[in-house]
Amino acid sequence: MNDEKIAQYGDELYNAWHACRTVAPLLQREPEITIDDAYRIQLRMVECRVQAGERIVGKKIGVTSKPVQDFLGVYQPDFGQLTSGMIYQEGETIDLGKLIQPKAEAELAFVLKRDLIGPGITAMDVISATDYVAPCFEIVDSRITDWKIKIQDTVADNASCGVFVIGNAHGDPRKLDIALAGMVLEKNGELFSTSVGAAVQGSPANAVAWLANTLGALGIPLRAGEVILSGSQSALVPIVDGDELVCSIGGLGSCRVKFAGRSAV
Amino acid sequence: MNPGLNLTREDIVRLCERVDGAQRRAYAIPKLTDEYPAMTIADGYAVQAELRRRYLSRGSRLVGWKAGLTSRAKMLQMGVHVPSIGFLTDDMYRPENSAISTSDLVHPRAECEVAFVTKKTLKGPHCTRQDVLDATDYVLPAVEIIDSRFSGFKFDLPSVVADNGSSARYVAGGRARYPAEIDLRTLGVVMEKNGEIVAMGASAAVLGHPAEAIAMLVNILAEQGEELAAGSFVMSGGITEAIPVKAGDCIIARYQELGSVSIRFVE
Repeated sequence: MNDEKIAQYGDELYNAWHACRTVAPLLQREPEITIDDAYRIQLRMVECRVQAGERIVGKKIGVTSKPVQDFLGVYQPDFGQLTSGMIYQEGETIDLGKLIQPKAEAELAFVLKRDLIGPGITAMDVISATDYVAPCFEIVDSRITDWKIKIQDTVADNASCGVFVIGNAHGDPRKLDIALAGMVLEKNGELFSTSVGAAVQGSPANAVAWLANTLGALGIPLRAGEVILSGSQSALVPIVDGDELVCSIGGLGSCRVKFAGRSAV
Repeated sequence: MNPGLNLTREDIVRLCERVDGAQRRAYAIPKLTDEYPAMTIADGYAVQAELRRRYLSRGSRLVGWKAGLTSRAKMLQMGVHVPSIGFLTDDMYRPENSAISTSDLVHPRAECEVAFVTKKTLKGPHCTRQDVLDATDYVLPAVEIIDSRFSGFKFDLPSVVADNGSSARYVAGGRARYPAEIDLRTLGVVMEKNGEIVAMGASAAVLGHPAEAIAMLVNILAEQGEELAAGSFVMSGGITEAIPVKAGDCIIARYQELGSVSIRFVE
């Protein structure tokens, strides 16, 4: 795909995000689009956000669990870029009015204290480079109409990033069994689902190593201080005005999030 | 006749013989309610009590109890909406790392559970999660091999209760822990079959907290005029869905804080 088209779709997705509206799936319009093209579109979309004043604060990993991989017919994860405008603190209410068709996912977040530069990164390097891990919520959102996404659509749309909340419970990954740490997700006081770290690539640290290596091949380092959302351990949770979610990770602690307002769709 | 019973004593003995035969000779039978549509859950427990009497009269030792159908995953899988209980004897027990024969089972499935060993008598009704924790000596990881004697693993609650909650074999091991030293609600569990992850979950999947399932079990026992003796081994119900196993399969259940339990299946 030529640079002109990449820029055109990147701008289109940025404008859709900015205006809180959806666009038709890109793959329907451009059947030849490759995953590499989609990442170039993503870079353009994120560049527009940076030019508008945001900073890159980290990365998210998506498509990490078997059910989602089966759904998309893709047997590797994808990634998107986290920007400063996506951050909510735990305790702040998330404004659904700024989102289009949001859904929540519960994950383990990593915050780095050292750079991770692939290729050649192992899960052990990830633990060594991690400052702390924390329970978190990623609120995914899609700029593609009705979430009718194929892998190229979601990659181009910055891996369907919306906003995210890192819990105040911080833990040292050296003291936590991150593969076997259980996750309990409650919605409005009732059990919604349970899971375990191993649901993400056998261990969330494996997903982060995959990310470092994939970015390394593209010449992009993971920097000290960056946040990495390692991939959903839960099913997608539908959310509406007034909902409250709590995710508890065994041996680590909880993250609580509240929602208010109405999303665009 | 006791309240809730629709079957006569004769029917109960007859159904017990049918279940006992299917268990001992490992063959599948139609669910009991096909012939007795009016059979109630209380009738199911009457059949189970008769079955227990027979086990014990043949020399089996009562080791403890199991709660069944305690997670949403299991209730959905089996199409029932109330938990159940069953008894556990020494001859159903298999040690950790042992080879379990499948030739005397119908269609076995394995599931991961948190097990409790009690140090005080627990008596219902109104037994609570806290009562259970106070009476617990230690908890440990377990794998239960369930084996419904009903064709196609298809049953309703009266039938499965009569079949002793599909109890067949159980294995416990790993690392014993005091319940006060761990968060029993958020324990993660991974089941691997032949090296591949086949089921996952966290312990809250069982009625919000595994001790809740033990309290429920004590309260069901109370309805039958029984109590849970000190020193009982009690399984709180599958955290994961039950995974079919056959000869040649190897199962490893890995638990946060509790170590792992491994078993293999042979002809």
